[in-house]
Amino acid sequence: MAKGRRRRAWNLLAAALPRLGALVTVGLLAFVAGYVLWRGLPGLSWALLTQEESVLHGQVGIAPCILNTVYVIAVSLAAALPLGVGAAVYLTEYAPRRRLAAAVEFAAETLSGLPSILYAMVGSILFCTVLGLQKSLLAGSLTLAIMTLPTVIRATQESLKTVPRSYREGALGLGAGKWRTVRTVVLPSSVRGIAAGCILAAGRVVGESAVLLYTAGLSTAMQDFSSLSGLVKASGSTLTVALYVYAKERSDFTTAFAVATVLLFLTVLLNLTAGAVGRRR
Amino acid sequence: MRKSRERPGELFMGVLLAACALAAVVFLLLIALYLILAGLPAIRKAGLGEFLLGTVWDSTNAEAPRFGILPMLLTSLWGAAGAVVLGVPVGFFTAVYLAKAAPRPLARVLRPAVSLLAGIPSVVYGLVGMCALVPALRAALDLPAGDSLLAAVIVLAVMILPSVIDLTTTALEAVPREYEEGSLALGATEAETWLRVSAPAARSGIAAAVVLGVGRALGEAMAILMVAGNVPNMPGLLRSVRFLTTGIAIEMNYASPGSLQRQALFSIGLVLFVFILLVNLLLNRTLKGRKGA
Repeated sequence: MAKGRRRRAWNLLAAALPRLGALVTVGLLAFVAGYVLWRGLPGLSWALLTQEESVLHGQVGIAPCILNTVYVIAVSLAAALPLGVGAAVYLTEYAPRRRLAAAVEFAAETLSGLPSILYAMVGSILFCTVLGLQKSLLAGSLTLAIMTLPTVIRATQESLKTVPRSYREGALGLGAGKWRTVRTVVLPSSVRGIAAGCILAAGRVVGESAVLLYTAGLSTAMQDFSSLSGLVKASGSTLTVALYVYAKERSDFTTAFAVATVLLFLTVLLNLTAGAVGRRR
Repeated sequence: MRKSRERPGELFMGVLLAACALAAVVFLLLIALYLILAGLPAIRKAGLGEFLLGTVWDSTNAEAPRFGILPMLLTSLWGAAGAVVLGVPVGFFTAVYLAKAAPRPLARVLRPAVSLLAGIPSVVYGLVGMCALVPALRAALDLPAGDSLLAAVIVLAVMILPSVIDLTTTALEAVPREYEEGSLALGATEAETWLRVSAPAARSGIAAAVVLGVGRALGEAMAILMVAGNVPNMPGLLRSVRFLTTGIAIEMNYASPGSLQRQALFSIGLVLFVFILLVNLLLNRTLKGRKGA
């Protein structure tokens, strides 16, 4: 009798806890998003998004930071995509279960677990000092390319694995070589998965701040993107770095929360796109 | 005929793709090499014992700088432990809900919500922590300042939540249906089945989730930089503290290149690197264990 009552109490608790856990998780998300929107939306305006900051005219603007973010996404993906897809093709199509494949998978796993502050340190020596790029968006983007490489490799591998064996056999049977098979049959049928992986990688780049804080500079002024030397030399803060600078160094929380709101929208957008691209087949 | 013309191209592409694959290995080696090369000199100068066990970090003292990282080391460990203690139960039960209890349509909405939580940039968590959590802690606990290990632990717990939920949900979903059906057929309730049959069957996946959470918590820098106060005290829940990661972050932009201070920052990086490698090793072990089972 007592045992039955205890069992019933245990069951009540055990059935309630998962709901409670989910409620806490959703509550946290709602709180973070709600708080950011509550403090950020009032500061958000068309002018903020399209103007450059100017102390002289007392105007705030994050247009340069938006452009810097776009630059960093584009360059880091341009570097990580060919390398990552190439690596994934090699791992799944050319050399399954060989020692090299094992080493590469281990390296990719380890790279994906490294804290970004370590990438920041190594990037600041490797790209800023040794390769002489100084603190620049280019140096930051290249560092981020190494950081996002595992994401691209993983997503591409997953996607390649879903291509039916018979496709490859068909192509090989018609006399195509390995690379020709990959190029004409395997890659085209896994484009969606690779694209979804790129969006994931872009999400990581958008959210990253530590690396860029130490490799890409802090300026919030407009950079010169019109010439090649300008593109190489451009140095400034992306949205996340700008948020940090506004909050921590200038104590301008109105702008910091406005930037946070922009970042929140971007995150939602990237997540939705990745979901939509990855799901449909 | 065509085939022979294609052969050099095929060979070339094979080599090129192998080179792409090797790039990841090269990058990892480069990172390890740089951290070791840049990190060892300061450790050698200070002495390994003094470096790891010294309790005073006074890197900017012009006459006699001291480089003891024990306060940061312990803070990082306490921070990760605290985040796991707070975050893992919430994450575990959320995962049970998502994998087992939630009605399908609701789970389909909640999944993206969890990945949104994972996608929010860490500076945004830092900002919310700085403006909402820190003042709240100060008021609630009547402290002179709310920047503390406790604030950092709470922020870290929220930040590891998505990866804990994700891995645990996947592990729970991989439990064979027969186990659960058997349990239900023997008269166990659904809740009993989830917690006494499904969860133990998924334990290696859940263990991996915990280890991954530890790794995430050890590696996070920006968010806790904004809420922990950043004074290199020995850890105390309500004290201003500095982590290994924030120890690097806070001094990195003004330590002049080549100085002993900068070298010491790389030494911290090296210690962090070793920690993360150990965590990864453990993670691999737990995941491999699952594959074997």
